[in-house]
Amino acid sequence: MPAVSKGDGMRGLAVFISDIRNCKSKEAEIKRINKELANIRSKFKGDKALDGYSKKKYVCKLLFIFLLGHDIDFGHMEAVNLLSSNKYTEKQIGYLFISVLVNSNSELIRLINNAIKNDLSSRNPTFMCLALHCIANVGSREMAEAFASEIPRILVAGDTMDSVKQSAALCLLRLYKTSPDLVLMGEWTSRVVHLLNDQHMGVVTAAISLITCLSQKNPDEFKTCVSLAVSRLSRIVSSASTDLQDYTYYFVPAPWLSCKLLRLLQCYPPPEDGAVKGRLVECLETILNKAQEPPKSKKVQHSNAKNAILFEAISLIIHYDSEPNLLVRACNQLGQFLQHRETNLRYLALESMCTLASSEFSHEAVKTHIETVINALKTERDVSVRQRAADLLYAMCDRSNAKQIVAEMLSYLETADYSIREEMVLKVAILAEKYAVDYSWYVDTILNLIRIAGDYVSEEVWYRVIQIVINRDDVQGYAAKTVFEALQAPACHENMVKVGGYILGEFGNLIAGDPRSSPLVQFNLLHSKFHLCSVPTRALLLSAYIKFINLFPETKATIQEVLRCDSQIRNSDVELQQRAVEYLKLSSIASTDVLATVLEEMPPFPERESSILAKLKKKKGPGAVSVTELEDNKREGGELNGGGDRGPDTAAMAASNASTPSPSADLLGIRSAAPIGAAPANAGSLLVDVFSEAGPAAPSAAVNDDGFLRDLEQPTETSDSLLVEGSGDSDSAPPSEDPAPPLSEADELLNNWPKLNVQTKPVEPLVEGGAQIQQVLNIECLTDFSDAPLLNIKFRYGGALQNLTLKLPVTINKFFQPTEMTSHDFFQRWKQLSQPQQEAQKIFKANHSMDTEVLKAKLLGLGTALLDNVDPNPENYVCAGVIQTKGQQVGCLLRLEPNAQAQMYRLTLRCSKDSVSRRLCELLAEQF
Amino acid sequence: MQFMLLFSRQGKLRLQKWYVPLSDKEKKKITRELVQTVLARKPKMCSFLEWRDLKIVYKRYASLYFCCAIEDQDNELITLEIIHRYVELLDKYFGSVCELDIIFNFEKAYFILDEFLLGGEAQETSKKNVLKAIEQADLLQEDAETPRSVLEEIGLT
Repeated sequence: MPAVSKGDGMRGLAVFISDIRNCKSKEAEIKRINKELANIRSKFKGDKALDGYSKKKYVCKLLFIFLLGHDIDFGHMEAVNLLSSNKYTEKQIGYLFISVLVNSNSELIRLINNAIKNDLSSRNPTFMCLALHCIANVGSREMAEAFASEIPRILVAGDTMDSVKQSAALCLLRLYKTSPDLVLMGEWTSRVVHLLNDQHMGVVTAAISLITCLSQKNPDEFKTCVSLAVSRLSRIVSSASTDLQDYTYYFVPAPWLSCKLLRLLQCYPPPEDGAVKGRLVECLETILNKAQEPPKSKKVQHSNAKNAILFEAISLIIHYDSEPNLLVRACNQLGQFLQHRETNLRYLALESMCTLASSEFSHEAVKTHIETVINALKTERDVSVRQRAADLLYAMCDRSNAKQIVAEMLSYLETADYSIREEMVLKVAILAEKYAVDYSWYVDTILNLIRIAGDYVSEEVWYRVIQIVINRDDVQGYAAKTVFEALQAPACHENMVKVGGYILGEFGNLIAGDPRSSPLVQFNLLHSKFHLCSVPTRALLLSAYIKFINLFPETKATIQEVLRCDSQIRNSDVELQQRAVEYLKLSSIASTDVLATVLEEMPPFPERESSILAKLKKKKGPGAVSVTELEDNKREGGELNGGGDRGPDTAAMAASNASTPSPSADLLGIRSAAPIGAAPANAGSLLVDVFSEAGPAAPSAAVNDDGFLRDLEQPTETSDSLLVEGSGDSDSAPPSEDPAPPLSEADELLNNWPKLNVQTKPVEPLVEGGAQIQQVLNIECLTDFSDAPLLNIKFRYGGALQNLTLKLPVTINKFFQPTEMTSHDFFQRWKQLSQPQQEAQKIFKANHSMDTEVLKAKLLGLGTALLDNVDPNPENYVCAGVIQTKGQQVGCLLRLEPNAQAQMYRLTLRCSKDSVSRRLCELLAEQF
Repeated sequence: MQFMLLFSRQGKLRLQKWYVPLSDKEKKKITRELVQTVLARKPKMCSFLEWRDLKIVYKRYASLYFCCAIEDQDNELITLEIIHRYVELLDKYFGSVCELDIIFNFEKAYFILDEFLLGGEAQETSKKNVLKAIEQADLLQEDAETPRSVLEEIGLT
């Protein structure tokens, strides 16, 4: 135990802490803590009133236990009692406990606020400071409501002590951050700004943080602070290193205040007043000059404080972006730091140069340091510094040095840390595309990327190379030749197989003249990779094969044989099996003309922003402004919205689907753009005709995740896509002002809907005024459910958080798959489902027309199969279907018996799961 | 500044100060993650790192790590000197401060921090002024103690 115990020691506390430290194991520690908790509890509950000292000691022990990481659920009341003690240290411990363990208990908050109110009006500066510290530490809304109007008064009052003013300023800042609506500066504005002129440096230091924050939100009202800040800065910068006494830090005058002043100026454009501007430029020049002077001390604190001001000054110079002379000087200064022996300075110089690189005045000056930066990328021992070097190379890249930079980044990738590989891959891909003069270089670069870091090449990257190859005739032959060569490697990455499959499927004909890459050689090469690939890649390869049949009729027999073999046509994966069956049928039934239409070369994609760039922005972005989430909904009874969208008219469906991108593809921005050439509805119905003639072979969905075949897309049975349009009225919402909840938080919320698996795509942080964004939800049913999910759209508009809750038209019947069966089968199953809870029945009055056609349409809309000639009574309707959930399949049988005379229905449902019977019965009864 | 953590080489948390509202669960998660990240770094490495959307500034003093999380636009070097000034304040108050002083007098460590930083911003950067405030408070305690015991002695309470 150390001897130090200033002020008042608490012996009991010290003994307890020693005991804890002597515990040999976690268990012993917990045991000791529990013993102490029991002791404190009994003291607090005991009949004997505790004196202030004991109360303070026990509260302090509780605090210690809490800080060790244990939960504390009592003692709050005793801590609140301490607040009203007139002994400073008791009060102080009470406030400390409250600050660390805030409780939203409203009764307590009232008591706490009362104690604070008393201390604020006590006119005892130490008590006032304690109360202000507590408000600043807790910063809750309740406190803002109670004190936000009082504190500005304290801050500007003439008789307030300096130390109280300092606390009041920062206390107000904290309240402003939590509840900006409650902190109204109005009449105080000008007096607060004038705190910049205060005699006391500490007051200025504290007040300027408040002023900076307020200026960011209300620049016009606080405009007058600019000239005050400039003159204050000028006085500090020109002062001798001892003028400011204790505010000089290792021979640097007021470094904290200087940095804050420079930071405040970054909220504004360059001063309009020539004299003010001149004075400021002079300050900045002095700061740059001082960097060249020999250091006044060898201590790192001296150079850190000095350079902190220098970097802040450079930030301001970059912010103004209008003084070429200063920009170039800043760049030269940073260039010196790039080779400094202090790692910290090298790091910051690389970081700061990144922003300089984007200024037209200094871009060229930054480029002169390319060799140093490349060297840093190769030799720095700290990954975070290497990361900065990579960022800077990316920022300084232009057409003149792209080839060098991309080559360096590629070679760095081979040894790069895993943590930064994905980002590096994205950056290389973007640079290669942006500065490609000839696209063969681009194709080479991307294939190199896949070769070197295949695992980190995201879908966006390889989709993008395909988009570009498809859009540019001049590179297609080269691309086909290069991928063909790349695929020769004995071990090649699966992403290479994907790109290879796609490109050869489209453009293999361009290299087929060479006997070394004849159609069969190409096919055999691709097929040799097939068995090593995952399901999605195999699916893509199958699509490549059917394209081959169209491109090279001579491969038809070989490919049909491959498709026909058991491992394809009876594959346990539904998707693969379906493709094999469909492609086999398509190739044998369709005429060459039809085949050529269906399997025509992909049309060019519309020019758009690179999806890779979007991904990089998202990776680096400042957190989303609009966040979509799904929340648990307790309300019963959703509407059955099963009308036309699930009808039997597949052709219409294919047509409507052409305008609604399918969920899996939209992320990649490829497929949504595909159907441009032929009229989609025609092509869709054509295919459906082919399949329906083909008999029992899967008539329903042909879903291609790769978007390789045009106009074949239909939603899968277990998913529903939905278009959500964000309202685009956010034109006055400034982009970066309001910190939105981080995306990760939203992701967690999404998973709050336990019965459905809902996938959304991330949303851009900002929706421009008048713009619309699409959100596609991909929903998988995990288990049966009754409450419709809620779509909760949160966004900021005009600074305020908006919240829209929309009920999604997703009901359990959306996951139906129709089942055809004979009368015999139907009644046999009907009897099997004879347990009382499996049946749900309702007799109800007709609310709508009892017209046969209408009823049939409604029942089909439900998603089940409507069975004819099953029920002996022709007036009745029977339906059968299976609800597909992730965990199980629920068989459902339905019988609807109308009574036209009585205008009544009897509806009976029997399902293999009782909750489903009940839910469907409720849903359906509302519809007839 | 969003928060400040003090932890030992063994990863034991010695002091935590949060300037943004977070749940206890989140605080524990952040602490665990950061302690691990910082302890894994080698001595000569740079004192700054990117972490989530924050910048971490840390420095080791003997057996203790001081670690601050600041926002994108905040100044790393000046934050490093905030840490140093805090260490100086502790050192001056305790007289060559060591980890044990902070363990046994954690409440003092918090009080000193509150005088120096408030709401995550520097409140008073003068070493003299901060220590004056703390010492005044210590004196107040003694003053309050004396008259009471006198009064008690003469039986006036």
